[in-house]
Amino acid sequence: MQPFTNLTGVVAPLPMINVDTDMIIPKQFLKTIKRSGLGASLFYEMRFDANGAEKADFVLNQPPYRDARILVAGENFGCGSSREHAPWALLDFGIRCIIAPSFADIFFNNCFKNGMLPVALPNAEVDALMTIARRGGEILTVDLEQQGITCPDGRIISFDVDPFSKECLLGGLDEIGLTLQKAPIIEDFEQAHRVRHPWLFA
Amino acid sequence: MTATIPGARTLFDKIWDAHVVDVQDDGTCVLYIDRHLVHEVTSPQAFEGLRIAGLPVRRPEAALAVADHNVPTTDRSRGIADAESRIQVDTLAANCAEFGIRYFSMDDVRQGIVHIIGPEQGFTLPGTTIVCGDSHTSTHGAFGALAFGVGTSEVEHVLATQTLLQKPAKNMLVTVDGALPFGVGPKDLVLAIIGAIGTAGGTGHVIEYAGAAIRALSMEGRMTVCNMSIEAGARAGLIAPDETTFAYLKGRPMAPDGDHWDAAVAHWLSLPSDPGAAYDTEVHLDAAAIAPQVTWGTSPQDVVAITGAVPVPEEAGDDGRRRAMLRSLEYMGLKAGTPMRDVAIDRVFIGSCTNGRIEDLREAAAVARGRKVASNVEAMVVPGSGLVKQMAEAEGLHRVFLEAGFEWREPGCSMCLAMNADRLAPGERCASTSNRNFEGRQGQGGRTHLMSPSMAAAAAVAGRLADVREFGGS
Repeated sequence: MQPFTNLTGVVAPLPMINVDTDMIIPKQFLKTIKRSGLGASLFYEMRFDANGAEKADFVLNQPPYRDARILVAGENFGCGSSREHAPWALLDFGIRCIIAPSFADIFFNNCFKNGMLPVALPNAEVDALMTIARRGGEILTVDLEQQGITCPDGRIISFDVDPFSKECLLGGLDEIGLTLQKAPIIEDFEQAHRVRHPWLFA
Repeated sequence: MTATIPGARTLFDKIWDAHVVDVQDDGTCVLYIDRHLVHEVTSPQAFEGLRIAGLPVRRPEAALAVADHNVPTTDRSRGIADAESRIQVDTLAANCAEFGIRYFSMDDVRQGIVHIIGPEQGFTLPGTTIVCGDSHTSTHGAFGALAFGVGTSEVEHVLATQTLLQKPAKNMLVTVDGALPFGVGPKDLVLAIIGAIGTAGGTGHVIEYAGAAIRALSMEGRMTVCNMSIEAGARAGLIAPDETTFAYLKGRPMAPDGDHWDAAVAHWLSLPSDPGAAYDTEVHLDAAAIAPQVTWGTSPQDVVAITGAVPVPEEAGDDGRRRAMLRSLEYMGLKAGTPMRDVAIDRVFIGSCTNGRIEDLREAAAVARGRKVASNVEAMVVPGSGLVKQMAEAEGLHRVFLEAGFEWREPGCSMCLAMNADRLAPGERCASTSNRNFEGRQGQGGRTHLMSPSMAAAAAVAGRLADVREFGGS
């Protein structure tokens, strides 16, 4: 996994609540057996018309935002389906950080597995960042180590992140590898679990 | 709120505690996973990851796989026409063969929607932890199992380690007192709950459903309720196991038997929440006050009674909500203030992991019997599994549907998410027993109204959204 340390890039506004994973990547693109190449289909139905032509009014089709690296959105971002294709599509497009007042749990977890940082901030802070994003082409710097977002005027907005998730992102750590280091503990647990619940191992 | 007693634990706490392998310094737990359901859409990249890392599946016997999202619901004798869908299903079969996982192929009568077949086979058991790369894994909570959806990276993590890294969720208790009125069923109940707490109301929580109205539900009704927990933002729903649960499970192919059965039941009886256990959030609903529900918008929380009308965005509390409502109404092609019963429909879909079980089909058939689907409507019934289909046909339900003008299909996810050929055309309006009314969910530009099976059958007959209570109920 690619480590996440600092991210500097254009911030794009998506002032919608309850952005669901069907919107982020519609089902017709879930037939792939790969993780790559989904960026072209990100927000497909909002981004393209029935003929596959770009819709000029969609934010990521507008010149200042075509290279967006950070997205600011409304509450409950990523609700609905568990499809990890949603963070894969955002990542493949180039967006590695999403800022919103709140996130749906499964999407939130899926981001961390892919070197992406979802940042939950109070409404007032998200509103301020949305205003900045709307100016077009503004650049933010997200510093994970310091847990701060630097605005164009130099103001720094601090954010919380779970310590273990932070460590994994900073180091680009492979969670499966980390867990496999605990194989003896898992083995011991499994044996005791089998004694307590033999019907689960019959 | 009842007084809490120190040391008293909830059903969630008990299952959680029994599965913690290790606790890291920051509170992240290594949680043991008993059961893993696998389907074709969210697993190929996980198996690929194992191959790249040279890892085996730790406990192949703890997994059960089936193809459901991509399978055709029409004649299957010539396989899957769509090349990408075919490759995805073939990839699952090949991965299961390579890693030694049980797989129900498309020709197996046990094939069906992953959340229907788990319970049907007795693979889903009380007190277990169950995951699947699918958000509707919450369904299995109906048995008092801690069951939740995960992404593909976590599917890989479970395949490789039989564990997940998790932090404990908060406890929410939803108590539904009283009895559901005539014509009102579990789907109406869960839609009313989502309407009350909102689509993010359960975020960070596991919802335990309790109260007389929940106790009175059959296992299938309980599955419908738990299934839609994720639509309220909760990764998992839970209902304490009881005699209804045990009666459902006894004799199922993968359920324990003999001495194992007795030991299992003794354990399951210890699972219900202790008196005085503390919940972070509590919600109460009165079952008697619930009417048949329909959605009007593009979030499952956008729900009203069938006797109600499309709401007015200008009356919304905040700006974000008002804008979301305006967008929904534009997408849905609806005007504020329109009575729901005046909304004409084009399509009806009866099926899905929410409402594709035998009781759902009986409920819909009771309304369809001796009636005809309106001339402006195309209606289809998609059983949740091959065994549900077999049972329905043995009862003659397929004839009821066919005589009324419904199509009778092969089992699968079908038009719940429209990954196969079953989908809405742009602008088509559907009365659907599925779980999500998101934009484009049932086909780009398609318009979904969620409701119960009997309400969907009533809509099919009326050609518009209708109150099932005027059809003799269900």
